[in-house]
Amino acid sequence: MSLKNILENFSYYRRDAEAGGHHEYEHRFAMAIDLDICTGCNACSTACYAENNLPVVGKERFEAGQAMHWLRVERYWDEIEGDYPEQGAKMIPMMCQQCGAATCEPVCPVAATYHTPDGLNAQVYNRCIGSRYCSNNCPFRVRYFNFWSYYEDSWPEPLRMQLNPDLSVRDKGVMEKCTFCIQRIRNAKDKSQREERPLVDGDIITACAQACPTDAIVFGDTMDPESRVSKAWAKHQIHRGPVTAKKQKADEEIRGYRVFDELNVDPSVMYLERVRDTEV
Amino acid sequence: MSQVIQDKVIDEKLEWSRINADVIASMQSPRRAYWVALAVCIAMLFCAVAAEIYQYKYGMGSAGLNNPHMWDMYIATFVFWIGMSHAGTLLSAILHIIHAQWRKPIYRFAEAMTTFSLMTAGIFPMIHLGRVWNLYWVLPYVSDRGIWPNFRSPLVWDAFAISTYLSSSALFLFIGMIPDMAILRDHTTGWRKKFYGILCLGWRGDDRQWRNFRRTYMLLACFLIPLAISVHSIVSSDFAMSIMPGWHITTFPPYFVAGALYSGCAAIMTLFVALRYFFRMEEYMTLNIMEKTCKLTFAIAMVWTYLNLIEFAATWYGHNIYDKELLIDKATGPYAAVFWTMIFCGMVVPFTLCFQKLRRHMPSMLVVSILLNLGMYVERWMIVAPTLAMSHQPHQWDVLWGTVIQWAIVFGSFGWFGLLFLIFVKLFPCVSMYEVKELCFHLKHEIEEEEHEKQHAAKAKAGATAGGGASPAGNPGLEGA
Repeated sequence: MSLKNILENFSYYRRDAEAGGHHEYEHRFAMAIDLDICTGCNACSTACYAENNLPVVGKERFEAGQAMHWLRVERYWDEIEGDYPEQGAKMIPMMCQQCGAATCEPVCPVAATYHTPDGLNAQVYNRCIGSRYCSNNCPFRVRYFNFWSYYEDSWPEPLRMQLNPDLSVRDKGVMEKCTFCIQRIRNAKDKSQREERPLVDGDIITACAQACPTDAIVFGDTMDPESRVSKAWAKHQIHRGPVTAKKQKADEEIRGYRVFDELNVDPSVMYLERVRDTEV
Repeated sequence: MSQVIQDKVIDEKLEWSRINADVIASMQSPRRAYWVALAVCIAMLFCAVAAEIYQYKYGMGSAGLNNPHMWDMYIATFVFWIGMSHAGTLLSAILHIIHAQWRKPIYRFAEAMTTFSLMTAGIFPMIHLGRVWNLYWVLPYVSDRGIWPNFRSPLVWDAFAISTYLSSSALFLFIGMIPDMAILRDHTTGWRKKFYGILCLGWRGDDRQWRNFRRTYMLLACFLIPLAISVHSIVSSDFAMSIMPGWHITTFPPYFVAGALYSGCAAIMTLFVALRYFFRMEEYMTLNIMEKTCKLTFAIAMVWTYLNLIEFAATWYGHNIYDKELLIDKATGPYAAVFWTMIFCGMVVPFTLCFQKLRRHMPSMLVVSILLNLGMYVERWMIVAPTLAMSHQPHQWDVLWGTVIQWAIVFGSFGWFGLLFLIFVKLFPCVSMYEVKELCFHLKHEIEEEEHEKQHAAKAKAGATAGGGASPAGNPGLEGA
């Protein structure tokens, strides 16, 4: 992005700044998570730790709020006068929503976080200087900062063998977050390229989706109308882009929503409401 | 007594040689209190350096930061010090342009305060970086890989704004001191003579030099005013450009500028009392000047209060659920004590400045100015912390009070500022000699003129009564003028 490039293609960059996101998408990876069949077992979170070289920070640091769980299963209880405790907690697996108009992207001073043509919100660890503005500007609070150097503590000598070689181990002072298992996406793309065929639904499966025992997490490309995730999004009347019209809520089967949709950040994760029988 | 004599900020009969002698005496032979203050400042700075070394080695976690609280006191302190820096520009540039004469004896140390508080503020964004060794990536240097900083980020604007402001205000401070450097060159011996000889840039005080000097000074003053306002507007963009409740507020730029001038004026009052007492500058830093400073502070305090109330009202009537909940939480939640301290110190305490007895009582002014600044510090922290503690995502709500490391660095920043200031007052004149002389000169002439006028008026009146209405009645000054 030299000065000459900026001056010559000013309208292009201007348009980018206004609309946010990327404009020549090749894919738009997205998820659909059915909270009705989610059991809150935390297998997705565990799988994420194993896949993405996430450090286990220990009890004190966890309590200090410095945990590194890219995918956390949040628990919410009803108000006490409600149905508590018969129905238990509501679970919601919360990870980076890979927003189409991500609030974290424009505020990074060194452009360490940016939008890829895959519709992902990528984080370049090597470029990050740790100003942590991105995390402050994330409504979902799903960006995790390496407050300490975990390499020595989290993986003592033999355990280092378990690290995933497909991605790096981050050192202190770097921001990181869920990448939709970008290393798996890369591998799948390379494989399809070698086999000279287009990427099809099911080629890529994220670690969390793979580990989910009830198949609550569906991952795919919303630009492929035949993919499972596209069908789920269409079925529940969730569309890309800013919130425009009110959804038709007549049908009880339509349970889809995106978290903080009203902020117009265009999240890539659709959740399906949990259906509860209040008559119990 | 006429208005000029009643309001006169300095005794116009001060001899020029005495002004020189008094100011030079303040720069020499430090007393014991000075060495004690210096030692305290160095000790405070040492605490901060030790804490920073620890934090550098082990990571930002040692500052107690966590997931919702990615920023905390470091950024609040940064905003606080940037705010302090605005008073110097107000006194030296804005009041210079509107010809407020009373600024002359006190603007020099206010301007030094500007430069040093910017030097303190500039440290905070650096030490709060996770990888401070890559700091230069924020600057648009030419890279062979064609990588630029993200020009959309307010943090990049910060880097530009602060470095521009720092260099221009340091230049302004230096240019304003040139005639004084020449006086010092003529009145000192040894290394000081050499030192000031270099710094006065061959000043001889001839006509051409004065004319060039005035022009340069005016030009820099005009340049500095929009710069100062833009700097704090940009600092406010760090918050206002985000999406967070309590940060995403349109009135933030003027609100921050008002707050900056407010805390800067309060700091000037503190330093005024201290310098007046320690350097026995009663003749230069007179009570009349203090009065005027107090009135200015009060006016700015009211502007700040108004903007603050507007912000609350806009939040209240805006019915944005996140913003509104945050406001209620600030006033009643875990941060309530801090919030009400801010309201008390920032909005109630300034009303003490309405009383002349208090304005002319230095010990109470010291207490009041420190309370005002406490309120302003707390205000900055109330902007940064509660938003992070209670933002959109309820799962990540958390209240944080900082660790020893964080407190030590914040505490030490005051030591660093104090150290710079203490070195300054012994190396450079904290009262502008040539401008105090100018002030005396003008005042003398004004008073003479007034007396002259009065004599004429009296004469005319006497003539009128004797001559039986030779001049129109009720307009006796006409002839005198």
